Amino acid sequence: METIKTDIAIIGAGGAGLRAAIAVAESDPSLRIALISKVYPMRSHTVAAEGGAAAVARDNDSLEYHFHDTVSGGDWLTDQDAVDLFVNTIPKELTRLEHWGCPWSRELDGKVAVRPFGGMKIKRTWFAADKTGFHILHTLFQTSLKYPSIQRFDEFYSTDLLVADGRCHGVTAIEMRTGQMHAFQSKGVIICSGGGGRIFPFTTNGGIKTGDGMAMAYRVGVPLKDMEFVQYHPTGLPMTGILLTEGCRGEGGYLLNKDGYRYLQDYGLGPATHEPRLKAMELGPRDRLSQAFWHEQRKGRTVKTPYGDMVYLDMRHLGEKKIDERLPFIRDLAKSYINVDPVTDPVPVRPVIHYMMGGIHTDINAATPIKGLWAAGECACVSINGANRLGSNSLGELLVFGAIAGRQAAAYARSEGREANGDVARDRAAAANARVADIFRRSGGKERAADLRTSMARALEEGAGIYREEESLKTSCSRISELRERYADIEIKDKSSIFNTDLIYTLELGAMLDIAETVVYGALLRTESRGAHQRLDYEGRDDVNFLKHTVAYHNGSAPPRIDYLPVIITKSQPAERVYGEAAGGAVEK
Amino acid sequence: MSETRTIKIEILRYRPEIDSSPVLQSYRVPCPQEWVVLDALDYIKNNIDSSLSYRWSCHMAVCGSCGVMVNGEPMLACKTFLREMGDTVRVEPLLNFPIERDLVVVIDDFLENLKSLKPYIIRKTEKPVEEGTHLQTHAQLKRFKQYTLCINCLLCYAACPQYALNTNFIGPSALALAHRYNLDSRDEGYAMRQEIVASPEGVWECSFVGACSEVCPKHVDPASAVQQMKITSTKDYFLRFLGGKR
Amino acid sequence: MSRKPYIRPVPKTSWYMKYMKHDRYKRYMLREVTCIFIGIYTAIIVLGLYNLSEGQESFDLFMATLRTPGALVFHLFALSFAFYHSATWFNVTPQAMPLMKGDDFVSGSLIIRVHYAAWAAVSLVILFVVGA
Repeated sequence: METIKTDIAIIGAGGAGLRAAIAVAESDPSLRIALISKVYPMRSHTVAAEGGAAAVARDNDSLEYHFHDTVSGGDWLTDQDAVDLFVNTIPKELTRLEHWGCPWSRELDGKVAVRPFGGMKIKRTWFAADKTGFHILHTLFQTSLKYPSIQRFDEFYSTDLLVADGRCHGVTAIEMRTGQMHAFQSKGVIICSGGGGRIFPFTTNGGIKTGDGMAMAYRVGVPLKDMEFVQYHPTGLPMTGILLTEGCRGEGGYLLNKDGYRYLQDYGLGPATHEPRLKAMELGPRDRLSQAFWHEQRKGRTVKTPYGDMVYLDMRHLGEKKIDERLPFIRDLAKSYINVDPVTDPVPVRPVIHYMMGGIHTDINAATPIKGLWAAGECACVSINGANRLGSNSLGELLVFGAIAGRQAAAYARSEGREANGDVARDRAAAANARVADIFRRSGGKERAADLRTSMARALEEGAGIYREEESLKTSCSRISELRERYADIEIKDKSSIFNTDLIYTLELGAMLDIAETVVYGALLRTESRGAHQRLDYEGRDDVNFLKHTVAYHNGSAPPRIDYLPVIITKSQPAERVYGEAAGGAVEK
Repeated sequence: MSETRTIKIEILRYRPEIDSSPVLQSYRVPCPQEWVVLDALDYIKNNIDSSLSYRWSCHMAVCGSCGVMVNGEPMLACKTFLREMGDTVRVEPLLNFPIERDLVVVIDDFLENLKSLKPYIIRKTEKPVEEGTHLQTHAQLKRFKQYTLCINCLLCYAACPQYALNTNFIGPSALALAHRYNLDSRDEGYAMRQEIVASPEGVWECSFVGACSEVCPKHVDPASAVQQMKITSTKDYFLRFLGGKR
Repeated sequence: MSRKPYIRPVPKTSWYMKYMKHDRYKRYMLREVTCIFIGIYTAIIVLGLYNLSEGQESFDLFMATLRTPGALVFHLFALSFAFYHSATWFNVTPQAMPLMKGDDFVSGSLIIRVHYAAWAAVSLVILFVVGA
């Protein structure tokens, strides 16, 4: 095993990881940064975000509006101090990106353009056509190349955090091209490893979104928070689940059922206006829209296709010019993957697993309960997203909290951060190495990772879909527990040291099973309906008993120990979420 | 659903611990209408041979991981439909790169080249965040926008016969990104990039075969960037004699 | 086991055969080959100038040689290659020299058409001057 000494180790080189690395480098150029990622930075899943990032930019908007949209969008499960910090900081972060070269789309006067997104009162989503995540990621990656203190370890798969005495001393990672385990001894570690949407079968998430970082933190005792809140994006393409951005609706697209009827008006989001009205109809929040689909499906008003039931996303009235200028990627994706041109035909879509509101429990400074360990981005739960994330808040979140994590870690490394305790780190690394070697070398096992992965995904979809109920959740819980047992009986056929994806996929599966269990158990015990967590057997929000965060603690081979934490409420008392005309959103001309 | 045909996928495999040179291995896979090459690779990995290694992630042609040669052409495995292929499809690792294993190639060279071109905004004085964003007109944005669309999939390197002959060539994608920053109205780093751009390993290694632009899945047209940089480099060269500056 | 990346050989003498299976590389090689004919044609012009300086007799001989079938066939080739080279060059000018007008790029086909028009105009002028 090779040992690498560094000051800050960052796990994951997507938007949050790169932003954190730059923040550390700018705070103190003398700090050594190890940026560890299982893929090259530009492959990270930030790349797939399309629609944009929200930040107050116009005189008719205000930080208060952004705050209230976010808090009510999250069904009051958001921590309001964090939301306050977030809405205050994000305009600066997006401005920095502009200075770093992000090709934001512009108004005629040369100012950065904004578009409407779901659940926002005033339009405030900055965008770079319909490839905002791609441009943010590449801007950050390319900008990161100018800092000599950022040393990248591309295609290193992180396996274990080196934690002892409540303090993090580093991380172990497998260099994929050699198969060699490396121990990174560091003063601090920042986890920016993304979400784990791949625990579900039908998702917009790339293959790399397997919750590795969440599971790593979970295994060393950091609780995972609010994991039962998983977001369905209302508009994914059939079969592949490819995302069609909310920007399609922000630009004015309609959702139609099989009769060509804008069905959202039947679900408290109306009336249907020709011009898009903010916070209404197609610009309602994602949880409400996905739930409306479920009801339409029950009423038999969706379109039957070989890939399941669909509704239509109709953009024809936007015209070719606008579609080509604002949504060129969407047009390309729809034409390529399902042979439908949005200029001439409505596009079949259905809700698809998109984002995990839950994640590694952190405080407002992105710090976890373990000293020297931070988390930011989708893997973390601050929480600004509560029970339902507003579209275009995730890119903002990874910037704001990625930067905060970087600055906090840098300050820690400078002041109280001791050199990693070499003996302890070596000890823990040896244990990690033994754990992985055991999985790798095990022979005579009957199970195959691919089969277990399929079973896990099915269990999640059946138990923890758009609507949930006790019986199916209990079944899912026991199935996941059983799969965790069977995991110990997997035999990895590929014994090569070099770029062994059989091994990596198996380790990823281990991480996914861990976090999947927190999703279904969290969902089973939350006997209310809030945001993205809807129980058929417990309708309605229950603020008396459940205005609190779920925290799941790792409990060995047994199911997670579930506990709860209070929600931080500063200025917005829980109230009814209001959408449709009553929400008073502006009408876009 | 239409009847599913079966096709033969031939994969050029290289297992460094076993093979002294790459060998073709064939697999029979089903091929539903909507399957792309990547779906076939996943099918093999999950059902026939778990030891097959390849890179992939987004399955929507934006992460740039899954570039491979399909029937001799550099393509994104996630956007190459099997329905458009015959009954035998050959998949090989991207040409012109060392093979690490199976379909995984070594791209260190590209990353070094990209870094050497300083692909980030360079300014004499940084604008403070408090002063807000720069103004950029539609024309200013349009001038460089196309070159921002590169996903670093490196199909262009696999198509470039100059890079095949001389891997010291900086290559299409990296040069296109240098051009992207040169053209950005917010940037002042042109002169700093010229050192590499105008070097023999820079634009002058290109003989305008144009293959890079033909295979580019994002229509970045790196060939055009390189030709434009040749013109500016030439102007620089002559202007130097006239004592002028660009 | 350490790494052992495999570098596919690029035979110095036959590397291009791999490429020549594709039309785009054939078109490229054809464009490159045109320079041989254009080069030879240039040499002939220089030779003609030299002969002109040597006096009427010498030049007449040169002109007579140009009228031999072999020379005519060569010139036919050279002319078609010159056309091919010019056409392929004009067709990529929008890539090498994009122009912006207002907020948009001038259409590529317009740039190409202007080049062809200028080519025709120059040819006509030369024909006129030489004819006169």
